[in-house]
Amino acid sequence: MAVFLQNLINALQWGSFYALIALGYSMVYSILMLFNFAHGDIFMVGAYIGFGVSTALVALTAMGAFALPNWLILVLTILFSMFLTSFVGMIVERVGYRPLRDAPRASAAITGLMIGIILETGNLALLGAQRISFPPLIRTATYDLGGVYVTNKKIMIVVVSLGLALALHQFIRRTRWGMAIRAMAFDYVVVPLMGVPLNKMAALTFGLGSALAAAAGILFGVAYPVLDPYMGILIGWKAFVAAILGGRGSILGATLAGFLMGFIEIFVAMVFPSTLRDLIAYSIILLILVFRPHGFFGEPYSARLRL
Amino acid sequence: MCKRLLLVGMLALAATFLFPGVRGAAAVPTIRIGINAPLTGDIPKVGEGTKYAAQMWLEDINAAGGLDVGGKKFKVELIIEDNESKAESAVTVATKLITEDEVLAIIGPQASKQAVPAGEVANNYKTPMISPWSTNPDTTKDRPYVFRGCFLDPFQGPVAANFIKDEFGFKKAAVLYDVASDYPKGLAEFFKKAWEEINGPGSVVAFESFTTKDVDFSSQLTKIIQSGADVLFTPQYYNEVALIVQQAHQLGWDKPIVGSDSWGSAETVKLCGKDCYGLFFSTHYAAAGATGATKEFIDRYNAKYGYVPDDVGALTWDSMRILQQAIQDTGGLSGDVKKDRQAVRDALAKIKNFEGITGKMTFTEDGDPIKCAVIVRISDKGEFEFYKSVCP
Repeated sequence: MAVFLQNLINALQWGSFYALIALGYSMVYSILMLFNFAHGDIFMVGAYIGFGVSTALVALTAMGAFALPNWLILVLTILFSMFLTSFVGMIVERVGYRPLRDAPRASAAITGLMIGIILETGNLALLGAQRISFPPLIRTATYDLGGVYVTNKKIMIVVVSLGLALALHQFIRRTRWGMAIRAMAFDYVVVPLMGVPLNKMAALTFGLGSALAAAAGILFGVAYPVLDPYMGILIGWKAFVAAILGGRGSILGATLAGFLMGFIEIFVAMVFPSTLRDLIAYSIILLILVFRPHGFFGEPYSARLRL
Repeated sequence: MCKRLLLVGMLALAATFLFPGVRGAAAVPTIRIGINAPLTGDIPKVGEGTKYAAQMWLEDINAAGGLDVGGKKFKVELIIEDNESKAESAVTVATKLITEDEVLAIIGPQASKQAVPAGEVANNYKTPMISPWSTNPDTTKDRPYVFRGCFLDPFQGPVAANFIKDEFGFKKAAVLYDVASDYPKGLAEFFKKAWEEINGPGSVVAFESFTTKDVDFSSQLTKIIQSGADVLFTPQYYNEVALIVQQAHQLGWDKPIVGSDSWGSAETVKLCGKDCYGLFFSTHYAAAGATGATKEFIDRYNAKYGYVPDDVGALTWDSMRILQQAIQDTGGLSGDVKKDRQAVRDALAKIKNFEGITGKMTFTEDGDPIKCAVIVRISDKGEFEFYKSVCP
């Protein structure tokens, strides 16, 4: 039982990253009917921006410019980095997607891949290939709950991810902007004719998705404090799988599917030899898609954003 | 007569194109040495150490006015290429160095993942290659042209197993390794074999794996903790070591974690921090407390590049010097790169009792040196301290 609970906690943490990143894929898809394949790399950029912001804040505190407790530095890092990274997302949209909006589907799809490679190699040129160690902002406290070990970081990661997913859900359901996104997702040809600015909405979804990816990047840096320019590729692909599995364009679906993927990966490794983990985990996901080709919350022939 | 002259002329012309190394015989003759290093990718610090050590060696050669072979001074040129820590790129780099740059010999690649396939290329083209750091047996096996500067995993596996047995007296061990990389996979298996020979079958109670680029090991570590193992052996590279050790501690593991020579990077402690203090690993040399030529090398490297060189730097240095000795032992180069490669290969195979900064080396039939291993303890200041020496 302790093993089960321990793995449950492991899976919650691991699934949080998939969920946060998958949300970005889903948001963009709901508006533009396109997947932003640079999203994994925006996650990487977010982690690096977080590294820069936190290092700067720590240095300023050390210099005596102001005295901030470390937890506040972490909160500020997350907020600043989300803000800055949302601009990266908007730039990606402006440079890579808007000029190609009427281009053939395939061209628009590969721009994401190209932008991803540009971000990776740009980072490589800028900071070099050395691994960067994310500053340990909060001390790890480990709690032993009857053989199940939980750290304060794990709790924080799960709570923050769920909180952000919920905030996004509320934003889309309760604000005018959210209503516009929903309308656009319903029909992105007619709705702009009604006066909803397509360009602004596209920038908004890219910005929101990127902000969430930045939050994921910083939480990732807290949990796995070794950053490298290629860290976003694999997790980006897997989160993309989660976005599809959740049902394209569905917020709830992407979040749930992200956690589900975390659970499948962790529990497959628990039951089977770990060598077979991805083989079995992704066979299960393939099987799910065979029986539910539109994902959990997707509907055939519609990209309607469901809540 | 006329035809003959023409033929000779054409051959000479062809030779000039084919062997740029000989071109312009009037100028200082040049020896080209290829360096096949992971400057980017998963283990860039390893590439950096390779490059720096090789450049330091070149400085010495240049300071002496070139390399003296059989009474003739040769200019030495290093051609440093990046293999991106990828097996495919290492093969491309080796092929390019041999066929386009016409190098006399190649140093590198370092990691077995790249050295095993690149060794195949070098051997097929009959070009001597020395991998300073690759410990997997397949790198040199049945390849007369491929050598290495370090001991092998079939030796290192038992070294680690025996050390744990002698030091702690444990009976149950767990292993966590990357199944997609030649070096950790090979070493994990050799360790398992050695451990089970000492403690009986089934004494490796958890043999868990992951694949390259994974960052979350919580599921495997939970399994390892549940298995009741006394010690965790993880022959991983520095970036993964930090993650594995930290996650293990966060999951409540407080028993020893032992590693292998891939831990010996200057980055390990930087990334891992206090979590790694007090842990042991087997390696090629220990920087703290070194003496003689080893200390001289460390001080010089530290003064020049600002950090204590890791084992890769030291082994690359040794490999460069072994190659230098082999080139000098040929007694003179003909200028025909194919013939010279053969001569260098034969000279390499004959090297006996070479005094390297990582220990004394003699090559076996397979091109593997017989040398000692060192057990290092990561001190409470994060330095690599010599703990004990284990010889074959």
